[in-house]
Amino acid sequence: MKAAVILFPGSNRERDAVAALEAASGTRPYEVWHRDTELPKVDLIVVPGGFSYGDYLRAGAMAAHSPIMREVKARADQGVRVLGICNGFQIVTEAGLLPGALMRNAGLKFICRTVTLRVENTDSAFTAKYRKGQIVRYPVAHHDGNYWADAETVKRLEGDGRVAFRYVGDAGEDDPLHNPNGSVRAIAGVFNEKKTVLGLMPHPEDAVVPLHGCLDGKPLFDGLVEALS
Amino acid sequence: MSEPKVTPELAAEHGLTKEEYARALEILGREPTFTELGIISVMWSEHCSYKSSKVWLTTLPTEGPQVICGPGENAGVVDFGDGDAIIFKMESHNHPSFIEPYQGAATGVGGILRDVFTMGARPIANLNALRFGSPDHPKTRHLVSGVVAGIGGYGNCVGVPTVGGETNFHPAYNGNILVNAMTVGVARADRIFYSAAAGIGNPVVYVGSKTGRDGIHGATMASAEFTEDSEEKRPTVQVGDPFTEKLLIEACLELMATDAIVAIQDMGAAGLTSSSVEMAGKGGLGIELTLDDVPMREEGMTPYEIMLSESQERMLIILKPGREDQARAIFEKWELDFAVIGHLTDTGRLVIRMHGQTWCDMPIAPVSNASPVYERPWEPTPPRPELEPDVRALPARPLGDVLETLMSCPDLASKRWIWEQYDSLVGGDTRFMSGQADAGVVRLPGQSKAVAVTTDCTPRYCLADPVRGGAQAVAEAWRNLTAVGALPLAVTDNMNFGNPEKPRIMGQFVGAIQGMGEACRALDFPVVSGNVSLYNETNGEAILPTPAIGGVGLLPDVMTAVGLAFRNEGDTILLVGETKGHLGQSLYLREILGREDGPPPPVDLKVERRNGDLVRGLIRDGLVVACHDVSDGGLLVAVAEMAMAGGIGAHLTGLDGADAGVLFGEDQARYVLAVPPDTASAVQERAAAAGVPLTVLGHTRGTALTGRSDTDAIPIARLKRANEGWLPAYMAGGPAE
Repeated sequence: MKAAVILFPGSNRERDAVAALEAASGTRPYEVWHRDTELPKVDLIVVPGGFSYGDYLRAGAMAAHSPIMREVKARADQGVRVLGICNGFQIVTEAGLLPGALMRNAGLKFICRTVTLRVENTDSAFTAKYRKGQIVRYPVAHHDGNYWADAETVKRLEGDGRVAFRYVGDAGEDDPLHNPNGSVRAIAGVFNEKKTVLGLMPHPEDAVVPLHGCLDGKPLFDGLVEALS
Repeated sequence: MSEPKVTPELAAEHGLTKEEYARALEILGREPTFTELGIISVMWSEHCSYKSSKVWLTTLPTEGPQVICGPGENAGVVDFGDGDAIIFKMESHNHPSFIEPYQGAATGVGGILRDVFTMGARPIANLNALRFGSPDHPKTRHLVSGVVAGIGGYGNCVGVPTVGGETNFHPAYNGNILVNAMTVGVARADRIFYSAAAGIGNPVVYVGSKTGRDGIHGATMASAEFTEDSEEKRPTVQVGDPFTEKLLIEACLELMATDAIVAIQDMGAAGLTSSSVEMAGKGGLGIELTLDDVPMREEGMTPYEIMLSESQERMLIILKPGREDQARAIFEKWELDFAVIGHLTDTGRLVIRMHGQTWCDMPIAPVSNASPVYERPWEPTPPRPELEPDVRALPARPLGDVLETLMSCPDLASKRWIWEQYDSLVGGDTRFMSGQADAGVVRLPGQSKAVAVTTDCTPRYCLADPVRGGAQAVAEAWRNLTAVGALPLAVTDNMNFGNPEKPRIMGQFVGAIQGMGEACRALDFPVVSGNVSLYNETNGEAILPTPAIGGVGLLPDVMTAVGLAFRNEGDTILLVGETKGHLGQSLYLREILGREDGPPPPVDLKVERRNGDLVRGLIRDGLVVACHDVSDGGLLVAVAEMAMAGGIGAHLTGLDGADAGVLFGEDQARYVLAVPPDTASAVQERAAAAGVPLTVLGHTRGTALTGRSDTDAIPIARLKRANEGWLPAYMAGGPAE
């Protein structure tokens, strides 16, 4: 699998993403600068976490209009897998690759903690190595992770199995107390219609080696390598 | 453009004493211009000149085989093996944070980050040591909220994990909070950048943000006591832009990878003035600046304003000749301003031109090196009488209630509400952060070794006995690094005190320095960088003496580090070190008996070292599952913290019949270990061989603290509720109790 990681000047989890991709695939991903207008031939594009252009406007709103995002959208239309993590989720959503929006956390504060997630759909290259209903733990670190979409869109997402991950209690139960940011229906990650684009707020790339104290993010990267090699 | 005429009254308004103004006249041989007066006043401010503290700071040990660069540069540098160096420093932003908590704290983080990356290091960890007033003071909630959001807002954006720190509450900080921020970075030992200018004719380059009118006289503000109208000084607080800081880090590190730089320094306190004067002064050269070329974001700025602005995210660089275009290309890539604003000269003078006129032409050496040094009178702090022996009897209340009260007191309550607002994981190298271990542990990118980091100080000890308190702060930092398995290497100090012109306060400062010096020498733990913040008083009320210590240690293999959480049922719980039951200045005394008296616990540095060396060896050899030092709250609190972190209880037969002194005394040089039952005897043999007292407390079991024949089981869940509940409830506006 060849992957590209998009670099905005305020990206700050690109190192984490590069390390996770390299560990899983054995190949160092390309790092592509935001002002570039072309992408190398790749199987996967990752838009990493951070603060793109500072995010003083709505998070990801400016980055969605950067030169490289035109090319990312074109590749996504061709079926190239796109993974947007945290700020990357905000950017690909602002760019229209995914429905909905990410609003300020319901508690109005930045939150960094490990959360419990339920894998809701395994019918994608991103989630194929998980069991449906599997409980996994990834960290979150964000200020604007409150996923919102209108009722009709949410209904469609749920009906089409496009909710990838949901925030749940420690035993996997639905529990609003464990929804860290107020996301509608505790949605932590969503797919596009073809399940070739995944956006999620939690950080699987920070749960891949023993150092992290949790390996639950590893199957996501292993699954991508298996599907795309 | 014309400037006000300088008079003795105007000099006094700038904070210069009569003697200092006379000295300025003597150096110049004439009256200073307004711009010169501004420059001299900030260079001679307490904040920039260390005039009250210098004679004492020089008594601290600053050398050792591990030290690459001690105090005097932007930050301290220690050897980290394999050609790596760790660069670190702690710095205060107390006054601005009290006036404008979000921006004050945010720019504190920005400033300390620049001090570290200006030396060539990529920052890999941030910490912060915070002291707030009493929880029931009307301003405290607002200040906690703003400071924490400011630290998070800045640190989270620049992509440096915030992995540790400490937070205390005490009424002595009601009118003067403390915000001390620490940054730790990593560089190659042969690629460290210094600030001494060299090379006559070399270009002086300005990079980063544009200059505005913010922060003018920040350094002078930080050198005076607060009064009720200090709020009016809000305009002197700078405004931070972490996104620009992120760009500046990347651009500077990219330029540093070339060989174009001669010297580099950030524009911190006193901005362009201190950076240009210090760089030229250290190089023994002169510097000529043309301020028309300084990137400005406001119209009509005067030379005085440009030289004194403390606009953030700016750096001053001396380049090798002919490297301007190479450097400019890097800063343009990162969309930052880049301007050649002057050059070095052989005159030894600072010359400032603007609009074709000269606004300043004065010798640098007398202003930068010969700034005033005061040997201020000081009084030793009188010793506190020992407590009466019967203070050790446990109260009639059930022990569970006593422990619950302690675990929920503001100083011991969990600070999760704070640290969850900090990104502690960015970079993917964090092994332990706040609450998981006694020190933050961060792996060096791409390596297996790690740096352990901590900040420590017990201000109530320092008030009661500054010498003992100073030694204890250093010893606790050393102990916390040891408790994760790290070899302590060096410290940075952040000396926060009241008005040094009062002999009582100066005596606290002198005492703390003496205690710190003794401890640093005994533990081979030299001071390599630091910062002094004096005049922390409001309406004549001084803060508790607070010499915050930031410690750094080395772990050869990150995966040998241990946290404080119990991990398995059936592990043997051991106490390393001797318990005498010292309750003077303990949290038990204050929170349960309502007393703040007695002397703080004695610090025996030989014992400290012997016990710590044993513990570190046991951890390195893989014999220890969990380790926690015994500090605030004493032994039972330490065990409770390990139990809460792991969700596993403890059966403590070894504490049956123990009195309050044993359970809650704050004797130093102690650690609680959890070890697998089959290694307990090996650990006991090693302790006996090292002559270290070791007590079996019991073993991990169940979900409660049990084992005392006269005490009901104390459920971990109950303690956790008390411990985790206080701060969120308080911040939500709940009872300030």
